[in-house]
Amino acid sequence: MKAPRPSLRRLTATALAAAAALAAPTAAAAKLRVVTSLQDFASITDAVGGNRVETFALAKGYQDPHFVDAKPSFVLQLSRANLLEVAGLELEIGYLPPLIDQSRNDAIHPGSAGYLDLSIGCDILQRPSQVVTRAMGDVHPYGNPHYWTDPENGRVMARAIAARLTQLDPGGGADYARNLAAFEARLGAKEKEWDAKMAPFAGTKVVTFHESWPNFAKHFRLAIVGTVEPKPGIPPTPSHTLEIVNLMRAQKVPAILVEPYFDRKTPNYIAEKSGAKVLVFYPSVGGISSIKDYFGLFDTDIDNFVAAMKGTR
Amino acid sequence: MTSYAVTPARSMHQLGARARRRRQPAGMPPRQARGCRAPASPRAARRSGPILGLTLSLAWSVAAGAAAQAPSAPASAPAAAAAPAAARPASPEDIADLRQQIAALRRDYEERLNALEQRLEQLAGGTAVAAAPSAPSAPSAPIAPGAPPAPSTAAPEAVQAAAAPPPAAPTPPAPEAPAAAAPAAFPAEAPAGGAPSQTSNYFNPSVSVIGNFLAVGGQNRVSTLPSSELRESELGLQAIVDPYARADFFLSFGEHGVDVEEGFVTFTSLPEQLLAKVGRMRVTFGAVNSLHLHVLPWPDEPLTVVNLLGGEEGWIGTGVSVARLLPLPGDTFSELTAQVFRGDSPNLFAAQRRGDLAYNGHYRVFRDLSEATNVTLGLSYAYGPNGTTLDARTILQGLDFTLRYKPLVTGLYHSLVVRGEVMRSLRGQPGGEQRALGWYASADYQLARRWFVGGRLEAADRATDARHTDTGRALILTFWPSEFSQLRAELRRRHYGLEEQAATEALFQLQFAIGAHGAHPF
Repeated sequence: MKAPRPSLRRLTATALAAAAALAAPTAAAAKLRVVTSLQDFASITDAVGGNRVETFALAKGYQDPHFVDAKPSFVLQLSRANLLEVAGLELEIGYLPPLIDQSRNDAIHPGSAGYLDLSIGCDILQRPSQVVTRAMGDVHPYGNPHYWTDPENGRVMARAIAARLTQLDPGGGADYARNLAAFEARLGAKEKEWDAKMAPFAGTKVVTFHESWPNFAKHFRLAIVGTVEPKPGIPPTPSHTLEIVNLMRAQKVPAILVEPYFDRKTPNYIAEKSGAKVLVFYPSVGGISSIKDYFGLFDTDIDNFVAAMKGTR
Repeated sequence: MTSYAVTPARSMHQLGARARRRRQPAGMPPRQARGCRAPASPRAARRSGPILGLTLSLAWSVAAGAAAQAPSAPASAPAAAAAPAAARPASPEDIADLRQQIAALRRDYEERLNALEQRLEQLAGGTAVAAAPSAPSAPSAPIAPGAPPAPSTAAPEAVQAAAAPPPAAPTPPAPEAPAAAAPAAFPAEAPAGGAPSQTSNYFNPSVSVIGNFLAVGGQNRVSTLPSSELRESELGLQAIVDPYARADFFLSFGEHGVDVEEGFVTFTSLPEQLLAKVGRMRVTFGAVNSLHLHVLPWPDEPLTVVNLLGGEEGWIGTGVSVARLLPLPGDTFSELTAQVFRGDSPNLFAAQRRGDLAYNGHYRVFRDLSEATNVTLGLSYAYGPNGTTLDARTILQGLDFTLRYKPLVTGLYHSLVVRGEVMRSLRGQPGGEQRALGWYASADYQLARRWFVGGRLEAADRATDARHTDTGRALILTFWPSEFSQLRAELRRRHYGLEEQAATEALFQLQFAIGAHGAHPF
């Protein structure tokens, strides 16, 4: 009866392996699962949460954050989440509400501790001061939702994230506080660097494709004088394109900033007619693979901008 | 929610009724309309006597101030306009300008307050209450009974507010002034400095209306659609009920009558990965029956639905639906839905006894094949009484398939959806069981940001007489001026087996949506 012995050994080995396999997910389960609408929020959450969190971003940095498909696979992610971080201001209105409802996860419904609207406390621009109608295009009645492009808002968001992580996982409070301090210190240093790089170009006029950049422009003192879209969400029209060409010629606007997910045909045409440069400007972490975190976002955009501007001078 | 809209219409927020979810009503036209009615109130006030007029104008000042205070309200008040200005790096001109505005506001308010106080003293005259600032509500009470309820409840708030420092902005009556006050819900204890006039609107459901206009050319002797028709005006009312549930109503107005297309409550916080719906709802049978007409990629229903699920309306049931997630390995989404409905549905089920119910089960698997490509497979099985005899039943079986391709970077401009369904109806009836089979296959390709082209092939036996088969093919072109409107043309040829008639028709559809911003269908 030799046969049973090896098989017993094999069985033991299998059982051990199975136990190890089971143990691994348990260890992972101890981490807070954070689902974010944008990769930018995931990046900041990773920085603040360290190895106590694992993050998943619904929208990729290179896709239009307004148009994300409400895929059932996202329902699975949300059903397991401990915390959902959103941009708010109706940026996610096109896909997130049905996903939350289908998640069967009470903890991440708006109003719960597991739902964090990161716009709270941030400097939000373009809050309508008059009655809004859809004649204005796809306007956001609560203000411009692309606010994370101001690094100061990044600081506000990091603090909000640290506070919420601490609330959900009090045992990690010290870690979160330490990580937040490190994040803020690095952000402060980086801001000095970015501000110094952008200082020579203060007041530079730019045209953007979509209204994604008011916060960036405010922080780095650029002047947005027009958009390629005639109205938010409305594709370029020939007459508006002509107006933009004339405006750019008249005001000597040196650059058009275009998000990576917009067609560059019209911007290229405008650039050709007006002598400006088309700059692919990344609104989010992950916009290209080299933008790995929130600092990389500004590094990339600012370096591209500075390089382009130096070329024009 | 067990089903997703499967139109290729990535940008059709508004028309995605299936997936439409809660919205905050903010600065939407309906409020304005309400605001427009406000001027009627002062006239009523004049009729009802000077004191009521006074209380009303006080209420107005409060409401105006409240509107200016509410940060998200798109109020036209200078104070609201000043907020974004303050966010800019302040220039000396800005600061001076702001100071001037504040000083002007202060002067204006002081003058108005003085004037009002004088009037108050005159009117209150010898009555003992004049001394107490909150007392004027007392004299207003005897006068109020004949007047509408809103002013009388607004009065105490107004007087409290007058006693407190005025919030801001001497604007004319803000949109939701007295007319919006809900007397029963928020009586006098509403905080003076808050937004008492708005509170009644906070929990109103978000409202949307979708118009569906259809014009038809060509000849069809079997299925006669009118030359032009406002086929549907769908009123959507959606809100959260309480921490455990949300409610969705879709009232479908035809040109002459109204149907509750759907009206259900969804329990979103059940244990065990369950999601339950109770009420009237489109049945989760196959891929398209659960979708509202206006989120389909076609202006018409495919023959499978027309012939096998009871007609152009499809199968709508009243009862209970429970769906559970059954996660599979490798992040594959799967969901099992079980539904029980009353055994009546036009042209499909007919109950002769109360206990004759219709049942539906649907199992759906979704998987991302890549970042850009995903696939959905669905299995459906249903049965219910068909009313031809006491025990006659119809069994329905379905298999559906959807493949979506949408590269994320260029997804605004190009995408593809391929879908198909096979359905079988086994109908027990006197003279023998009818086994009817139907199928369709369709593809929709997005050519440009606002342009879609599609095609559909279809065939279905008649459920009551499966010897006869109808067939059809169609070409569809869709243009979206914006996310909120859609123009569509369909060239359709159908052959009707029973009547031995062929029909070639052109359908032109215009859809337009107003109100709350809905979720995009998927």
